Amino acid sequence: MDTPLIELRNISKSFGEVQVLFDVNMKVKEGEIHCLVGENGAGKSTLMKILSGVYPYGQYSGEILIEGHPVQFHSIRDSEKAGISIIYQELSLVPEMMVYENIFLSNEIRKGLVVDTEKEIEEARRLLNMVKADYISPTAKVRNLSVSMQQLVEIAKALSSKPKALILDEPTSALSELESENLLNLLKELKERGVTIILISHRLKEVLQVADSITVLRDGRSVAYFDRDEQEVDEATIIRYMVGREITNLYPPKIAEPTDEVVFELKNWTVINPATGRYLAKDVNLRIQRGEIVGLFGLIGAGRTELGLGIFGNPYGYVVQGEMFVEGRQVSPRSPAEAIKNGIFYLTEDRKERGLILIETIRKNIALANLKAVSRGQIVDDEREIQVANNFVSRLSIKAPNVEAKISTLSGGTQQKVLVAKGLFTEPKVLILDEPTRGIDVGAKFEIYTLMRELAKEGKAILLISSELPEILGMSDRIYVMGRGRITGELSAEQADQETVMKYAID
Amino acid sequence: MNSFGQHLKKFLVENVRDYAMFVALIAIMIVFQVLSGGTFLSPDNITNLINQTGYLAVLSIGVTLVIVIRHIDLSIGFLSGFLGAVAANLMMFYHFNALAAILVVLLLGALAGLLNGSLVAYLGIPSFIATLAGWMAYRGALLLATRGMGTIIIRNETFNAIGNGFIPDIPGLENFLPGYHKLTLFLGIIAVVAIIWSSISNRRRQIQRGIEPIPVDMFILEMIFITVGLLYITLQIAAYNGISWTLLIVLAVTMIYYFITERTVLGRHIYAVGGNPEAAQLSGIDVKKIILIVFMSMGMLAGLSGVLFASRLKSATTTAGTMFELYAIAGAYIGGVSAAGGVGKVVNSLIGAFVMQTLQNGMLLLGVDVSLQYIILGVVLAIAVIFDVATRSRVR
Repeated sequence: MDTPLIELRNISKSFGEVQVLFDVNMKVKEGEIHCLVGENGAGKSTLMKILSGVYPYGQYSGEILIEGHPVQFHSIRDSEKAGISIIYQELSLVPEMMVYENIFLSNEIRKGLVVDTEKEIEEARRLLNMVKADYISPTAKVRNLSVSMQQLVEIAKALSSKPKALILDEPTSALSELESENLLNLLKELKERGVTIILISHRLKEVLQVADSITVLRDGRSVAYFDRDEQEVDEATIIRYMVGREITNLYPPKIAEPTDEVVFELKNWTVINPATGRYLAKDVNLRIQRGEIVGLFGLIGAGRTELGLGIFGNPYGYVVQGEMFVEGRQVSPRSPAEAIKNGIFYLTEDRKERGLILIETIRKNIALANLKAVSRGQIVDDEREIQVANNFVSRLSIKAPNVEAKISTLSGGTQQKVLVAKGLFTEPKVLILDEPTRGIDVGAKFEIYTLMRELAKEGKAILLISSELPEILGMSDRIYVMGRGRITGELSAEQADQETVMKYAID
Repeated sequence: MNSFGQHLKKFLVENVRDYAMFVALIAIMIVFQVLSGGTFLSPDNITNLINQTGYLAVLSIGVTLVIVIRHIDLSIGFLSGFLGAVAANLMMFYHFNALAAILVVLLLGALAGLLNGSLVAYLGIPSFIATLAGWMAYRGALLLATRGMGTIIIRNETFNAIGNGFIPDIPGLENFLPGYHKLTLFLGIIAVVAIIWSSISNRRRQIQRGIEPIPVDMFILEMIFITVGLLYITLQIAAYNGISWTLLIVLAVTMIYYFITERTVLGRHIYAVGGNPEAAQLSGIDVKKIILIVFMSMGMLAGLSGVLFASRLKSATTTAGTMFELYAIAGAYIGGVSAAGGVGKVVNSLIGAFVMQTLQNGMLLLGVDVSLQYIILGVVLAIAVIFDVATRSRVR
């Protein structure tokens, strides 16, 4: 047999007293797409940071072999020299700089003492062509590009050093389905050109679409390896290895039917970005009944988040027109505080940047949006606050040593639960969940879905904003599809299937 | 005994960030005490040191909150100087009594803060620039207010007592412990008892909440340290003239700000805005209002600082307020406030300001050359911040 391009042998790694990797093995053959899958916290990112030299030689035990030769990476530079290039989940471009400047950042093409701008632009154009992004101008500012375009720039940047292997950490997590599709096709194409690819992904459909081989990590151990030339593998099998148990249904069944009473309604709702004059949402009519989960599907840029924020007291100062009703009463909240008072809560899609205070404790985060409820006058009653937090911790099975644990120490799924608890503590009638399961693992997703079912049963009106089609189809009683700021379709759960919804979305 | 040693070592390593400043302060004091042949920790010098720190301490407390919400205020030094001069003017040329002059000055300070806060919160001007503009304007205003004469001598006993006077003693006890200020001893003992009592109930609550408290022997050690330290200082100042009005004011301000930051809704909101402004906003917190309140409190404390400084010197001068803002900011950083926002305790900033002033006072006492004084202060500030960053990243 050929020696693999990359082989990791018995990699173990600890942070302080906590061991996160246990004798992990992985091998990647030259010219293939290898997928690394596992729940959040399984150790995927840590493993890739070892491979790319972020955690240098000596901070882990075990061996890295490149083309059969043991290597020691002391820094990222070393791994780059060995031909390994990594693209992180969080994009790392400088927004105020131009595309070509970003591509050659710290790798500038020089002409004597100065940077050879012409050469860089020319070379950037060639690289952008290579990633099928010839529509991006090398001299565009990165700030003005969409997330998917920035991703392509990242890949072009990674390719500029002519790597043997390219590692992508959750590259599609911020992309819409269509954009993800394009990216996956690009990866296949790069493979044809001889680039070996390691893809880390949550989305098993994608994995099955492109992978030649798969390594599954669970709790810091490599629990399965599949070579698809040799054996068939399906989603259920992978999930079983990932979670160590069989999940027969990704979405819990309904436990109650919605009532006919309309709790929330928008009439001719329009949101305009005052800076550009662009319509973010136009003439939206939407209603949610008591106990109903309404899905709002749209591709990135369809205006879903802006619609949600517009409802939630419009914190970013858009121009908002139209009428809003909560339980039949017309309301026009002018700030999140007023929206909360009117029984509306919006859970942001971006829990780290906009949702939680990472340096603070669980209890302080949970109480933050409704501090008055645990205060006597202006003075916060710590005891009551702790009690409230403890209640939510047990009700939502938030996994933490205690309520004084800092948010930054928790896993993504647990953080999301804290965010949900914070929203619930404001006792909303209408709960807007914007991408509530983004970037969290299968087990945590199921728990969030179960909770949504319970909340619906309690009579809350839930708006589920998502770009994950299976989630929308699996959870919603009714579905609105949004495209370029407009509602392009309304479907009952029975009418809806992937094709129909997608057709409306790209309408 | 071995386990006690292990406890102590583990405890110090784990809490190095919280205690290092106190250890450093004690070390600095001991060094000065030895080098000065015993004059540094004499009753009159300790009192002097406390009174000298007052005007800086209140600024440090105020600017801590400004830094916590990720802003800065450079205008506070000359605002303090200017408002001190306003107080002098009101009393000397407009016949205000001391109390009225102080109230007007505090109000003007709050208004100045409101102006800064509005520029920052509602017009979105970076606080560095907005308050740099204030720095320049108030410097000019200070020169105007001292009317080209250079110095306005304040002849107002009440006002001057703030920076130089002491609280009266309990009457009728002249023969009991002569040479000591009885009320000071009494208050010192009450403070020790109160601190021990609240520490114990705090510890009990921690255990109730399932949080592992510090080991018992360490807790007792900490209590002994606090008791000895506080009683020592109490004895020293009681042997002089007792608690000064300045000390009383600084303690009151500290306690009020401690209470606000630790216990109230407002305090929570301030730290939330500092920790993550976006999340705070989406939690229904009026971020702009919080910015406004923090700058207003800063302005008011600048007014108080001006009063403390002018009354200490019994005059308003053209150079009052020079570099105050930088010393106050340095004090806050020595106290462990983080520029990344959301982190910083007012009590630690008070100690930070005290460290700054102790260094200056001690070096002056030893006759260290001025040029060297600045260099040493700079080095200490750098070390404090390097230490802070290093321990913070290690904890993560």
